[in-house]
Formats: sequence, C-alpha cells, structure tokens
Amino acid sequence: MGMTITEKILAAHAGKDRVSPGDLIMADVDVALANDITAPIAIDRFRKSGAGKVFDKSRVLLVPDHFVPNKDIQSAMQVKLLREFAREQELTYFFDGGESGVEHALLPEKGLALPGDLIVGADSHTCTYGGLGAFATGMGSTDIAAAMVTGQVWLKVPESIRFIFRGDLNPWVEGKDLILYAIGDIGVDGALYRAMEFTGPTIDALPMSGRLTMANMAIEAGAKNGVIAPDGITETYVADRALREYRFYASDPDARYAETREYDVAKIEPQVAFPHLPENTRPISDVGSVPIDQVVIGSCTNGRIEDMRSAAAVLKGKKAAGGTRLIVIPATPSVYRSALDEGLFDIFLDAGAIISPPTCGPCLGGHMGILAKGERAVATTNRNFVGRMGHPESEVYLANPAVAAASAVLGRIAGPDAL
Amino acid sequence: MKHTGKVWKFGNDVDTDLIIPARYLTTSDPEELAAHCMEDADPGFPQKVRPGDIIVGGKNFGCGSSREHAPIAIKAAGVACVVARSFARIFYRNAFNMGLPILECGAADTFETGQSLSVDLDTGEIVVAETGAAHETTPIPPFMQELVAAGGLMPYIRKKMDATSG
Ligand code: SF4
Repeated sequence: MGMTITEKILAAHAGKDRVSPGDLIMADVDVALANDITAPIAIDRFRKSGAGKVFDKSRVLLVPDHFVPNKDIQSAMQVKLLREFAREQELTYFFDGGESGVEHALLPEKGLALPGDLIVGADSHTCTYGGLGAFATGMGSTDIAAAMVTGQVWLKVPESIRFIFRGDLNPWVEGKDLILYAIGDIGVDGALYRAMEFTGPTIDALPMSGRLTMANMAIEAGAKNGVIAPDGITETYVADRALREYRFYASDPDARYAETREYDVAKIEPQVAFPHLPENTRPISDVGSVPIDQVVIGSCTNGRIEDMRSAAAVLKGKKAAGGTRLIVIPATPSVYRSALDEGLFDIFLDAGAIISPPTCGPCLGGHMGILAKGERAVATTNRNFVGRMGHPESEVYLANPAVAAASAVLGRIAGPDAL
Repeated sequence: MKHTGKVWKFGNDVDTDLIIPARYLTTSDPEELAAHCMEDADPGFPQKVRPGDIIVGGKNFGCGSSREHAPIAIKAAGVACVVARSFARIFYRNAFNMGLPILECGAADTFETGQSLSVDLDTGEIVVAETGAAHETTPIPPFMQELVAAGGLMPYIRKKMDATSG
C-alpha cells in the first residue's frame, strides 16, 4: 500500500518508514510560526515552561501583521512583546516595520517555507504552505509554545481527500474560484480533520500564486492541511529563494484516499461566497443585483503580485463607482514595490483606490477599512463570518481579485464581463 | 467527575469570530475576553451566563481562526464545558491544551437552552435532568486523556523533558 504526500512528509518528520491515517506521531518541525495576536500567548506559555531558549533560533518565526502598523496602544504593546522576545532569543528572522507583511504571503516569498517542510503556525491559514508541497497546519498558541521549546509537535495522521481538477479554466477563473467551488461542494466541515490534496491537469498548469490561494482556504473546509505535489512550477518558484534544503514528495499511485472528487473546470465560473459562510458559493451569473459599499483586495489569500495585476487589468482606465470605497492592500513590501514599479499604483489611484501598507487590517475587522452596520463588502479574503470585517450586521462576499475590481467599478457584485 | 449545568444552545458552525470577535484581540487577558464572549451571537450572553453553565453547539463548533482566545474566553466566562455534535480541529486541540472540557455528542441538537445537563466527564455520559434521557459521547482518545491528566500540554511536555534529561 502506497502513501499520500501528506503521509510521506509526516513519516519523514517522525523518523518512521511509514505512517497510516489515525496514527499518533511526534514529529520534528521545520518552522514554528506565530503572529502579533497569537505570539503573546505563546511567549507567556514558553516562559512558564521554564525553557530558557527556543529549540532553534532560525526556525522560530514571528511576524507581526494583524494590527500593524500598530492601530492602538494595546496592539503596540503586543508587537513590542514580540520584538523584545525576538531580540532576547536572537531570532534569525523577525519581520518588523517596513519589512513586515502578511505572514503567509511573506514566508514563501522569503524562501522560509519550502517543499517537504513540516510547518506549524499559531494561525489557521498556516495551511497556505501546502501550495508549495509542504505539510503545514494551524494550531493554537500553546501548541506553538510547545514546538518552540521542543522542536516537535504531536499530530494525528489525517486521512486524505483527493480533488482532481480537469480541463481549461474559463476567463477570469483562477485558484480562488476552484477552492471556493470545492468548499461550496463539500461544505465548511467537509474535510474536517482530513488532508485536501489538489491534483489533476488543471492544477499542474496552475501558477504558484493560485496554488497558494487554494491551499490557503483548505481550513475553510475544516481540513488539517491542503497540499499540492511540487513540480517544475514549484522548483522555479523556490530555486532562487530557498534559504534551506528542501525536498519534493509525491503521492504513490496506490496511495489510499478516504474519498476522491473530480471536477470539470470548464463548468466552473468565477465564484462568489455569500454571507456568512465560505460554503455559500454561487457562480457569478447567479449573483443577482447586490449593491456594495466597499471592496477589499489583499490578504494572505489574494494579496500577491499576480492578484494586484489581475485587479489592475480590470481597473485600467476605469473608476470605482460613487459610494463604493476601493481598498488595495499589497500583502508584502516586495509586492508593494513591484506593484509600484509596474505602474499598477497609477491605475489604482486613477480608479480612486486607497492603497494601504501591507497588513491583515480589514480582513479580520482589525483596522484600515472596518464596515459599519448594514454595509456590504466584496473581499478577496477567505472568511465571511458574522462580524468578520466589522459590525455584526455587516456582510462580506468573497471573490477573486478580478471580480472584486469589477464590482468596485459597478458598485454591485459583478464579474469583469459585465463591464 | 460529574457536573450539572444550564444549557446555552447555539447553532451549527459557531465560528471563532462569534466566540470572540477579532476587534477584542488586542488583549489576551481572560477577564476582558470573557466580557465579550459570544456577544455577536447573543449580545447579552456575557451578562447572562453563570459559572458552571454549559454551551451546546451543533456541528463544526469553533471553526475558523486558531485563536486560543476562543477557549480562553469561554473558560473565563465560567462555562464548565462545551457539548457539540462535532468540533473544528484547531478548537478541539486548543480546548484540551487549555483544560476546557469538550464533549462530542450526536444528540447535541436535541438539547435546548434552559435545560439542565448532568455531564460525567469520566464516562462521557450526559443526562438531561428534565427528561432523564441519557446520551453517550465520543470517548476521549487515550493520548488526550494523558494530556488532561498531566494538566494540559505544557505540563505534559515539561514532565517528558524532565524524564529524558533526568
Ligand atoms: S490576511 Fe486575514 S486570513 Fe490572512 S493571516 Fe491576516 S487576518 Fe488571517
């Protein structure tokens, strides 16, 4: 019996020849990650453990990104705690000020999340790195504190669900739409405790940005991890960035899956997830007339340079509708600089956009674009729970950057074809 | 250990933004978090909930973010345990790591706000005081029981470290 890519990575990190779903393992981690919300609790637990030093100062990564630039005194105090801990522990990598960006966009870009890695983070979207062929999963601060001390985590080996995507993508359809479609199909607990493995000819041709977007939202189906086997596209992406060794794993042909689902992507239109769950998806042609107050383009899901280009291609020479606020948030300093160099900021500014520095900001209702009571937003983010971007009576609709941009121009939810 | 408490019932897919909205995550102080626990689902909840009460949810309780602030808020609000048809995995881990008892019960949907549940945390049996109906829950895996017995993940780790270094 063969193994899946998830099982192989876990076995390798547990020092075993093979593992099977349900096995409980202690595994070595390549990276333990926390942010400005979750690190303060992890640091507190770390201190109480009595351990003086982290297990490896180059593998404990802290990224302040949620409430930065600090929005108030309390959030400034939280980031200060991270900064002091990073200094005290002499952490090799600590991203602060103008070097900080949204963690899950930053780490792949910096070559700190790599194929074959086992990455744990005190943030649910840590699963993003599965797009590179890593096993990556989110946990709480206490788990991360334990990993910071020991360099290990306990894990139950998950069963895997295989998603096979075939066919050519329709215009304006990208990784975001594929993952929204899959979540709409299986539901927000459709992959609970399991691994989602994305395969098939469509995935083989998908750029790294789209792969990261897909793995990013695996948690929105309840999954432990999302994963895409690394290939030539992965190699091209990581070759010049990798700061460590990396390794490619692939599922065996006779690997066992709890379930296999196949999709013909020719039938998939751009998707929109209606409030208040990511599973409430509709094809763009079924959206009807939904007026909006705000559009947010950014986040760990869709804040990469490809997303900026996609939004700019739609916005070029157009203006956001009166009464619709357009907020663009490049996810990292390097995305910011590329967008500037490529002239995308001119397009955004001409369209009447607000360009924010890299931050999670409004994605979690933090700052930089909070919704008032009764307001509606289209966002390229990953969650549309009640109150996610502000007032509990506001609404969030999830879509890809091109749809978000077109919606900004029309002042209602619409795809670029409606322009 | 047996515990009896009053039910506060919520629906399916109760997410971590409902349990503790991100706007309050500029602190990890348990008391401050408890003051806003579940408020976007039921604005009066933090005032109404009494020590020893039980939160009941449907499927996928605790989905969404990895924030440990969610079980911290629930625990600090005085809630004795959470019973749900199923739990999201990060919440499940966090609850054990923090020592918040949680029970997976197929009959969770039949419980109602205001009922009294008598929960046996050792056997996992739940009895509805009003009707006398008894329900089983999914047994807690042995490893998780070890964690609970050690007093949570960090004490467990410390014990193991002492054992290997000593
Ligand atoms: S961008 Fe949004 S989803 Fe991503 S890490 Fe930040 S808050 Fe979380």
